[in-house]
Order: sequence, then structure tokens, then C-alpha cells
Amino acid sequence: MEQTIIHNRNKIHPQKFALWASLASILMMFGAFTSAYIVKQSAGNWLEFSLPASFYFSTALLVLSSITLHISQRSFVRQQISKYKIFLGVSFLLGILFVVLQYAGWTELYDKGVDLKGNVSGSFFYLLSGIHALHVLGGLAALMVAVIHAFSLGNHVTPARKHRFDLVVTYWHFVDALWVYLFVFLIISK
Amino acid sequence: MANVTVHEEDVLIKDNGFDDHFHEHHHGDKYQSSFIFHYIFSMDHKIIARQFLITGMIWAIIGAAMSVVFRLQLGFPEESLTWIKPFLGKWIVVDPTTGIGKLAPEFYYALVTMHGTIIVFFVLTAGLSGTFSNLLIPLQLGARDMASPFMNMLSYWFFFLAGIIMFYSLFLSTGPFSGGWVAYPPLSALPQASSGSGTGMTLWLVSLTFFVVSVLLGGINYITTVLNLRTKGMSLWRMPLTIWAFFVTAILGLLSFPVLVSGFFMLIFDRSLGTSFFLSDIFIAGQALDRVGGSPILYQHLFWFLGHPEVYIIILPAMGIVSEVLSVHSRKPVFGYRAMVYSIMAIGFLSFIVWAHHMFMSGVNPFISNFFVVFTLIIAVPSAVKVFNWITTLYGGNLRLNTPMLFAIGFVSMFISGGLTGIFLGNSAIDIQLHDTYFVVAHFHIVMGVAAFFGMFAGVYHWYPKMYGRFMNETLGKIHFWGTIITAYAIFWPMHYLGMAGVPRRYYSFDTFDAFRHFTEMNKFITVFAIIAFFIQLVFVINFFYSIWYGKKMKTKNPWQATTLEWTTPIEPIHGNWPGKLPVVHRWAYDYNKDDREYVQQHVPLNEGEVGDH
Repeated sequence: MEQTIIHNRNKIHPQKFALWASLASILMMFGAFTSAYIVKQSAGNWLEFSLPASFYFSTALLVLSSITLHISQRSFVRQQISKYKIFLGVSFLLGILFVVLQYAGWTELYDKGVDLKGNVSGSFFYLLSGIHALHVLGGLAALMVAVIHAFSLGNHVTPARKHRFDLVVTYWHFVDALWVYLFVFLIISK
Repeated sequence: MANVTVHEEDVLIKDNGFDDHFHEHHHGDKYQSSFIFHYIFSMDHKIIARQFLITGMIWAIIGAAMSVVFRLQLGFPEESLTWIKPFLGKWIVVDPTTGIGKLAPEFYYALVTMHGTIIVFFVLTAGLSGTFSNLLIPLQLGARDMASPFMNMLSYWFFFLAGIIMFYSLFLSTGPFSGGWVAYPPLSALPQASSGSGTGMTLWLVSLTFFVVSVLLGGINYITTVLNLRTKGMSLWRMPLTIWAFFVTAILGLLSFPVLVSGFFMLIFDRSLGTSFFLSDIFIAGQALDRVGGSPILYQHLFWFLGHPEVYIIILPAMGIVSEVLSVHSRKPVFGYRAMVYSIMAIGFLSFIVWAHHMFMSGVNPFISNFFVVFTLIIAVPSAVKVFNWITTLYGGNLRLNTPMLFAIGFVSMFISGGLTGIFLGNSAIDIQLHDTYFVVAHFHIVMGVAAFFGMFAGVYHWYPKMYGRFMNETLGKIHFWGTIITAYAIFWPMHYLGMAGVPRRYYSFDTFDAFRHFTEMNKFITVFAIIAFFIQLVFVINFFYSIWYGKKMKTKNPWQATTLEWTTPIEPIHGNWPGKLPVVHRWAYDYNKDDREYVQQHVPLNEGEVGDH
């Protein structure tokens, strides 16, 4: 990877560009899921159910984590190291809480009688939120590395660190926006 | 720097090149030092290209051998196949009283399925686009390597892993998946549906999921490299058509394969977690299944949303290679360069909005079908532009009829023959008669099977010197070409007649159908030529491996007198491609016979008063 950085004459870093390209492909996958949802829903035999409150809370937390991560990134660029560390840690915890709340929501839904094996509308809900949660877990792994770096690499703000952190932040904003899209979609398409 | 000084540097590049200080750092030299990291876990795009090519060739031989076996069943259903029992074991069922061995019907379906899966995904996607995108994108753009050599290596190894899993599934006691390469539910969704639907289908899904990972890793890399790592002066409109084709191919793959994955996820849920996305109203042995509410058509939509772009993922790289080879060996600029680029883009765009033409007879609303008919027929326009431009490139050229050129011309021939039948099949009304018949088989084998192979062969013969520093044998090459084009037409031309008469594809035997009985001789004819075609491909394989060690050596850097940058690199390939500086590009890729000069390479500066580009 090193050689590409050295003679890079472009405005966007190749790795950043590659990340955007992979986000496009993830978006296509969820686009396919939601299209399939619409097609199946219009074909009938579709059970409707309301979403438990935990999903509203989890959505709020995920959006909040994006905001705190944004603050953390801004502080990092401005060399406000302690603020950067605190907000990064908060974002990481909010991310974990999101997954926990999602899980709580699934159990609540299951207790209400919406089963994965039951009507296809329920299957779709578990599919969409489950595969999204897997992407959040990937983001949490990246955030964890960022947290470890924050506390182990000292207080120097180098371009390489900035770049790496930027990749993590971009991905996290993406999974956040993706969930907001899915959530709004699930509410509207009732 | 010891290994650098050995290679003589191109004078022009030395004087005018762009210095990226690449060789002042010793990065990369270390991982190339041992055999394992040089040849096996290599991150050099030139090695990875060869890995893709040779793995693809192995799969091509396996896939073609399978077609020979099921063609034996179709052409000679009465003959005994006991002699292949040593290879196929229990899949040849020998009648104890007569001693006649028959191909087990389940295995026939498994062979057909595997033949399709292997050739479409492993050979014509990974073997074609994987090989030439890797080899040519950095070399023709003037880049040191791919944007991420590590991801590039992963891309190959995910493909390899997918291959190992698929290969393993061939030896299962229940056999590999046998429900057709499209894997429609319910055959693919219910493990109890057929013998191959159990473990065979599970491994098929796992294998293809890894394959998609490989395609995505590769595609992200190709796109990033094309957009970010072009050398100085290499504007998008100066890129050779090969690069344009690989670029659009990678975008198609990036946007369409994830949709297939979403279908796979739903299929996995249906198979393992008891959901009913694709299942409804199914009876097995008279018993109704309790899985209701799903729709098998939904899977078909998701599959063909990949499936149609997939055929362009296969054919676009071949088109790019052919454009380049035709231009080099006609000693003429490619005709209508910009029209070629725009038609590549148009084909790429249209490929996303025509998928339901594979489903006209699946119960899709006929009014919606009209939409897909119109866009399908519109694809004929950019395709015709390309064919016209290829023929016009040849017109009045100073043709060198060597093997790569013959295969490139053969590609154009195949593409016309197969493309014309596509116009028939694109009509939903004619499809009522022709769907799922041998007409379809003939159409897609000619237009995306044989044609894509021809593009691949043209590329292998043309860039072989770049890959191995030696030439392939011309005589064997010409035998290979004439043998292949004659047998290919002999196999697939008659199939059109079978299809027009309504002979359905995928049937094990036609004994019980009076209407198809008089085609016995034609089926024999096809099978005989299929066997000949198979053995002629072995001529290529022998030529390929023989020439690696004993072929005629490449004495000059630019044996074809081509203009593109890959021919400015040293004969002996090195890490980083160019010793010293990178070439700077001053002109487009097709300056042949310009102003009394036979050819002008891309890194040659413009003369005073010379009009640049095109």
C-alpha cells in the first residue's frame, strides 16, 4: 500500500475511494433486500405488526453515536486529545448499546409472536435488522481498533493516523445512515 | 537497487518520465525474495494475473470434460458407458444382466449444473476478467501495481478457496448441486428436494459467496486503480479500450454481485432457519409443506439482476481485448474510439434494466414484459456500433493474420452470429416457443461462451510474450483456431434447429418423445464435434505450458509494434513494472500509421505542429 501513498497526486486517497466503492456495493445489497420487501409485500399474504419501542431508542442512540464520533474526529484534527478520547469512547459504548437494544427489540418482538419462521413480513424484519447488525459489529471492531490506537499511540496527530481514523468514521456514518434508511423504510412501508 | 540497474531503461522514459522515487525505497523487495512469497502469496499484479489464468484453465478443462460426458449421454443414449466407470464410479449405473452402463440421471443434472457454474463464474468471470484486469490495468495505465496489492492477493485466494469448496462438492456421496446453475428454489431451497440439494447445495452457496467476495475485492481494486493511479498524461480519454472495458466490467460487478448475495442470504435463511421467502404451496411426495407465503419468482428477480449484468461482465473484457488486438494487428487506429467507449457505457447501463427477459415465461406480468423487451432490443444498438467499428477497423488495414488476430476476428464472427439470435429471444412473444429450448442454449453458448473464450484466447496469444517473455507456437495456435471455430459452429449451429422445433434443454433423454425422435442423428453429430472440440483445446493447453519453457524468446520489448505502455516495460518483468521513472503519456493509444510513421507509442511526445489525440 505504501507505494501508492507516496506518488499519489489525487485529491481523494485511494483507500478512501476504495471504501466508498465498497459502501456502494453494500448499499446495493440492502437496496436488493428492500426491493424484494416491496415486491413481496405487494404480492399479499403480509402480516403487519408495530415495532417495539426499543428500536426507536436504538435508532436514537446510533444517530447520537455518529454525532459524538464526529465531535471526536473534529477534536482529533484540532489536537484536543482528551476530548477526542472521551468522545471516541462514548461513541464506542453507544455502538455497543445499539446492538444490545436491537437484541432486546428482537426478543420483545419474538414474545409478541412475530417469529422468524412465521409470516414473511417478520422474516424480512429479522433479515434486514440482523444483517445490518452484522455490519454494525464490523464497525464496532474498527472502532475498537481506533480506541486502542487512541490510548496506545500517544498524542501525535500524524497524517497516517488522521487518514485511518477518517476511514473508520466514514464507515460508521454509513452504517448509521443505512439504519436510518432501513428504519424509516420499515415504518413507511407498513 | 542492484536488481534495477540490470534492466535497460527506455531513453524516452529516462528523459521525460515522471519520477515517483519508487525505487529509492526498498518496499516490496522483501516479500518477493522467497519462492512462497514470489509465486504463491504474491502481491505482484503480474503474478496474480497468471494465477488467475492458470486456475481458470484448470477449471475450464474440468468444465469442458463434464460437457463431454453429458453430451455422450445426449448423443449416444444407447451406448454403454461402462468404460468411464473407473472415473465416475457409482454415477455409472451398470445393468447387471446386459452389462450396459448408463449415466445416472441425477448425475447428468449435476454435470449440467456444474458445467454452467464453473464456466460462467470460475472461467469466464475470474479467469477472463481476473487475468487481464490484473495484468493490463497497471501496465497499460503506467502504475506500479494495483491500488491495494494486498486486497488483490486476497481476491485471488478467495477465488481459490471458492474453487476448493466447489471441487470438494464434486466428490460428495450425494453428488454436487444438480438444480441448474441458476439455483432456482424450491430445488435449491429445500434440502430434501433432490440428492444434490442437501450438502451439495450448501457447499455451492458457500463457494459462490466466497467467489463474490473475490469479485468485489478485485473490482474495488480495479476501479480505484483506474481512477486514481493513472500515470501523468494518461487522461481517461487516452486509455486503451481494454481498460475502459475492464473498468465498466468492474463497476457492473460491484453493483450487481451484492444483489446476488442478498438472494443467497435469503436462500440460506430458507434452507437453514425455516423462513419462507421463496417457498409456498409445495407438495413433497403428496404431503403439503407447512412453508407458505413466499414467492420463488422473487429469487429469480434477484438472481437475474446479477445474472444479466453477469453476461456483460463476461463479454465486455473480451470486447476490450478484441478492440485492442484488432487495432494492433490491422496497423490502424481503432475506428470510432469514442463511440466504442460510449457503447461500452451504454451496454453497461442497459444491462441493469433488462433482467426480466430471462423470466418472460415465469408468470411475469406481460405488460411489464414489454418494458423489458424494448430495453433488451435497444442493447442491439450499442452492440451493432461495436461490431461496425471492429469491421471498419479491419477495412483497409495492413492485416497480420497471426493467431491473436484470427481469434479476434473469430470473436467478431461469433458475436454477430450469437447476437442476432438474441434479437429473436428478446421478444416475449417468440419466447413462448423458444424459451428453455436448445435455441437458448445455442444463443448464449455462441455469444457469451465461445465468443468470450475467443476474446480470452486472443488476449492470451497476444499478451503471452508480456506474461512469460516467450511466444506461443504459431502453427499450433492456428490449428487451435481453425479447429475451434469449425467445431464450435458445428456444435451450436444445429442446436438452433433443435430449439426451433421445441426440443427442451436440460432433458436427460428424449426416448419417450415422438416429436424429437428424428433428431437422434443431429445429436450424434453435435456430440462428435463436442469431443473433437475438447481435444483441440488440449492443443492450446500443451502449447501454453510448452511455450512457458521452450517457446520462442521475445528479443525486443515491443514485438507487435504496439503503442500501449505495457510494451515499454523490460522484457524480464520486475517489481514496480518500470525501472527508474514512470512513462509520461502524450497521446491516445491508437496512433498507427500517423503522418507517415508506422506507429507511435503513447509516451512519445508530440512533434512540433503535430495534432494530438484524435
